[in-house]
Amino acid sequence: MLLKILSTYGPLLLEAMGQTLLLALCGLFFACILGLIFGLLSVLKSRVCNIISTIFVDIIRGVPMIVLAFFIYFGFPQFVSSSLGIKNFTLSALQAGTIALALNCGAYMAEIIRAGIQSVDKGQMEAARSLGLPYWKAMRKVVLPQAIRTMIPSIINQFIITLKDTSILSVIGFPELVNTAKNVVANTMRSSEVWFIVGVMYLIVITILSRFAKIMERRINRGRE
Amino acid sequence: MAENNKQVKIHVSHLKKSFGELEVLKDVSIDIHEGEVVVILGPSGSGKSTFLRCLNRLEEITDGTVIVDGYDITDKKTDINKVRENVGMVFQLFNLFNNLDVMGNMMLAPTELKKATKEEARETAMRLLKRVGLADKAEAYPAQLSGGQKQRVAIARALAMNPDIMLFDEPTSALDPEMVGEVLQVMQGLAKEGMTMVVVTHEIGFAREVATRVIFMEGGYIVEQGTPDEVINHPKEPRTIDFLSKVL
Ligand SMILES: Nc1ncnc2c1ncn2[C@@H]1O[C@H](COP(=O)(O)OP(=O)(O)OP(=O)(O)O)[C@@H](O)[C@H]1O
Ligand SMILES: [Mg+2]
Repeated sequence: MLLKILSTYGPLLLEAMGQTLLLALCGLFFACILGLIFGLLSVLKSRVCNIISTIFVDIIRGVPMIVLAFFIYFGFPQFVSSSLGIKNFTLSALQAGTIALALNCGAYMAEIIRAGIQSVDKGQMEAARSLGLPYWKAMRKVVLPQAIRTMIPSIINQFIITLKDTSILSVIGFPELVNTAKNVVANTMRSSEVWFIVGVMYLIVITILSRFAKIMERRINRGRE
Repeated sequence: MAENNKQVKIHVSHLKKSFGELEVLKDVSIDIHEGEVVVILGPSGSGKSTFLRCLNRLEEITDGTVIVDGYDITDKKTDINKVRENVGMVFQLFNLFNNLDVMGNMMLAPTELKKATKEEARETAMRLLKRVGLADKAEAYPAQLSGGQKQRVAIARALAMNPDIMLFDEPTSALDPEMVGEVLQVMQGLAKEGMTMVVVTHEIGFAREVATRVIFMEGGYIVEQGTPDEVINHPKEPRTIDFLSKVL
């Protein structure tokens, strides 16, 4: 039975895994940008910037992603058309899913980036500034390269979490793996086999990612000595 | 004083610096002339580092006037980065850029600030590394250097910007005793060449031999100043006498 499902629905599930990865990559891409922006805002010497960053992180962390996804996919277009008077404004499931993932993951990335920057000794920035380098040059050439080394394991870990979180977006109908699997179950009535296969698929992809993270981590630590 | 006919490099008047409620510098005034080597002595917490860091505005200045190299750095409109290009600073904990090798450390500021082409910067760096006796370490990373070597690279890195003034904040305090000499030697060489230097240190021997003026700071004030002989051998203020009796 397992083999039969595999042969019949295997290609469909693989394609769904492709969609999952696509969604994860889109989300991660924008999450990195958001994370960098809000991470930097939180280390600037401006109270206003720090507060903006804190508010963003607190809101996103305080709202479950499923609620965020519903709001962006259903609530936001409705808000736009009723309040701003723009008719026919809709978001595709991929767009809405990307935004939800990017916001969610971006908040955690901001925290990772903040911690990474703060882990770099203050003397590094001071020495760079004392030579006459402007703040952003010092940040880019001295502080960030060192911060990124310490951040890489946490970032990859966050990537894995985000990849798993794509499954939450089955609720807005994006044809990622879980959503597709539900349809397969409906067609075959074989819950156990289908969810087993789906679980193994996630496991394989994430194991590969974790291995990759381990290798990166070891490399970084070797470079340290 | 004999230096009076020389150009005033650093003019400080009624400098005050507070961290929140804590007033660290209460009223500091001093003129430092070209070619002077001013050594600042004083007990821990007396505000020596804070004073030095006000001279290149690593600390925001609370009140008073500080004019460095002709630029009023207490004026918000002054481009502090331009001033800093001419004021080198050497830190107690070296602060070499850990992500760059020695050459990278030396070349970063001159090339990024368009003071030199890559080739020129490399040449200058090699010349300065030879001078501090570390030409063979150009490719080493900070983690591969001893403390004394790190500090010599840090001095060379500051010199690569061809500064008029050098500030030193306890440059030998974090070093093993056997490495102190090599760093002081480089500093002495600089002094001989006429570099204007402000040095916070506990090395009384260095103050005696190299300083043109010694300043004793305590409690956010300059308590006493004069030639090394005056301040170290014949101190007048009870607080200076008390301090020196502890460190000598
Ligand atoms: N960033 C800061 N925030 C708050 N207080 C500070 C800060 N930097 C220094 N201080 C305080 O200012 C006082 C003077 O410090 P400073 O580092 O200038 O002393 P110092 O004379 O250099 O001492 P040491 O010989 O120990 O280096 C100390 O009481 C210190 O705790
Ligand atoms: Mg100090």
